[in-house]
Amino acid sequence: MASLVIDNVTKAFGRVQVLKGIDIAVDAGEFLVLVGPSGCGKSTLLNLIAGLESITTGEIRMGDRVVNNIPPKDRDIAMVFQSYALYPNMNVRRNLSFGLETRKVPRAEIENRIQRVAEILQIENLLERKPSQLSGGQRQRVAMGRAIAREPLIFLFDEPLSNLDAKLRVEMRTEIKKLHQRLGTTIVYVTHDQIEAMTLADRIAIMKDGIVQQFDTPDGVYANPANLFVAGFIGSPAMNFIPVSLSRENGHLVAPLVTADGRRFTVPVPADTGALAPEREIIMGIRPENITDFQEGMQSWAHIAALECGVNVVEPTGPDTLVYTEVNQTQIVCRLCPDAAPKAGDTIRLAFDTTKPLFFEPGTGNRIEG
Amino acid sequence: MPDAIRRSRSETAGRILIYGTLVLFAVYFLVPLFVMVITSVKNMDEIRTGTLIALPQQPTLEPWLKAWGYATIGVTNEGIRGFFWNSIRMVIPAVLFSTLIGAVNGYVLSKWRFRGSDTFFAMLLLGCFIPFQVVLLPMARTLGFLGLSESIWGLVLVHTVYGLAFTTLFFRNYYVAVPSELVNAARIDGAGFFRIFWKIMLPVSTPIFMVTIIWQTTQIWNDFLFGVCFSTGETQPVTVALNNLVNTSSSVKEYNVDMAAAIIAALPTLFVYFVAGKYFVRGLTAGAVKG
Ligand SMILES: Nc1ncnc2c1ncn2[C@@H]1O[C@H](COP(=O)(O)OP(=O)(O)OP(=O)(O)O)[C@@H](O)[C@H]1O
Ligand SMILES: [Mg+2]
Repeated sequence: MASLVIDNVTKAFGRVQVLKGIDIAVDAGEFLVLVGPSGCGKSTLLNLIAGLESITTGEIRMGDRVVNNIPPKDRDIAMVFQSYALYPNMNVRRNLSFGLETRKVPRAEIENRIQRVAEILQIENLLERKPSQLSGGQRQRVAMGRAIAREPLIFLFDEPLSNLDAKLRVEMRTEIKKLHQRLGTTIVYVTHDQIEAMTLADRIAIMKDGIVQQFDTPDGVYANPANLFVAGFIGSPAMNFIPVSLSRENGHLVAPLVTADGRRFTVPVPADTGALAPEREIIMGIRPENITDFQEGMQSWAHIAALECGVNVVEPTGPDTLVYTEVNQTQIVCRLCPDAAPKAGDTIRLAFDTTKPLFFEPGTGNRIEG
Repeated sequence: MPDAIRRSRSETAGRILIYGTLVLFAVYFLVPLFVMVITSVKNMDEIRTGTLIALPQQPTLEPWLKAWGYATIGVTNEGIRGFFWNSIRMVIPAVLFSTLIGAVNGYVLSKWRFRGSDTFFAMLLLGCFIPFQVVLLPMARTLGFLGLSESIWGLVLVHTVYGLAFTTLFFRNYYVAVPSELVNAARIDGAGFFRIFWKIMLPVSTPIFMVTIIWQTTQIWNDFLFGVCFSTGETQPVTVALNNLVNTSSSVKEYNVDMAAAIIAALPTLFVYFVAGKYFVRGLTAGAVKG
């Protein structure tokens, strides 16, 4: 177990700047998830932590050791690769023991560890098989087993679940979380799946174009996204973004919303600041679960605005039903209780939680805090 | 129904055309071999009186024994036996060295890229296109300088160096298809350059080793030009000796001995092909399938 500090790290391949000043710090035992769209530099950052690529500028520290110039084998890390990278010519037992033999761990100790790891991951009956004789899920387990057997200071995972089918992916996700609770080792986990990120992480670093957009807890990135990108990336279905033109009514700053059939209502905006002023065109973000079915008694709730609008599309998902409608010429999605679900073409009354909207600069996408 | 019949008829015609062509080519290649074999077991009288493709009336192994053991070649009367062993003593080390070095080169150029490694590879590739003749004089000077002129080890060196371009190309292209994550996993597992090569790369390299070994063995065994330029007398390889045998037959041309010697000289490459040929095809296609 070791803490990990990534201090203003950049990485360039030739003239291409792939990482542009990454700052991340996690405590020993934390589960850090690097998440972001394809090509944003997640794997590159992981390879820098592993020592497989060299750092262009900046510093990486593990515990109190600067590891910039320490080769991968001496960093005391273990890595699980997307393709699993099991040695094809060795059986599972040899795959698990290879790294230990290279490190001259005594034979008896190696046997012990293999036994223990095989038990944890339930791969005891696979030990004599070659990787080619394993299913995808079994390979994934063996790859994790190889990392666990090493008992490293830090685990590095590069999209370990992306080659599994949906059901197995969810199962393994839980297992990885259990494993982390059991071993308590620091983990850096790369994924482009925001649900994996949310469910696993103690802290999430959301990356785009080689820059960390936000580094926070899962609740933090969900409730307090730093910009439009983070707000849209985390959450499924994604946050609604509605262009609004602020105005002042009865002395209060409000964001007017107009439905497709011309009904108008307003959402109060917290405060007058430079950015939040009348006539300003800004983007209002509101999550689907904050526009929901209007229930008896809600009239008296101060923070709920009633919103009558036509239903375009209805998508039942089981626990919730997603309803698509339109305000300010923008399609938005609302999350309703299935019992209250309307049909396409109906007009429905929705409850809009006016304490929830977030506001963003249209140009930069930065959050405007009231 | 009639439609189906017509189609199957045209299919049959296609088949006949294909197989006919194949048989034609097979005959084209096999007839000379057939003539060589039957000629090599006829005695001289039969050769003079019979036709080229007439079967031997009294088959005899005498020409084979003479070609192998006591035919006159240059100034010796000991057949091609000694030269045959020369070739073996040249081919085995030359194939081993060029293949092993090529494997390491390919490993470096695919998995341990360095600044300028692509340029290096491009230059090495150029080596595949340099005609033998171009390197003859510089090579002669080099061998003289190293004190290896006219020796079998000189030939080994020449063939190793000349073969490297090809063997490196083979291995590099094969190893490019081996996932780099394997190498990275082994690096994190603490394995170094050579341990990864031995434990991870070599075990998956059998097909490409077969291809390279067959290719190199055939090339080096069949080489004439380097042999004739860089060796004399008793260090000559079998190809050169065969040429001398055919040219030094004094009064009468002993076609049966010439043929027997030619077949003997060709046997090792045939042998290698029959033993390892299936790996050759497999190895050539392995990379393509993996993509
Ligand atoms: N060796 C390299 N040479 C040049 N460019 C590279 C190299 N490795 C990665 N890149 C570039 O760096 C960028 C980030 O790549 P990286 O593999 O880190 O992305 P990623 O976030 O892991 O994406 P994915 O989710 O698709 O795995 C990409 O634009 C890629 O083309
Ligand atoms: Mg990646």
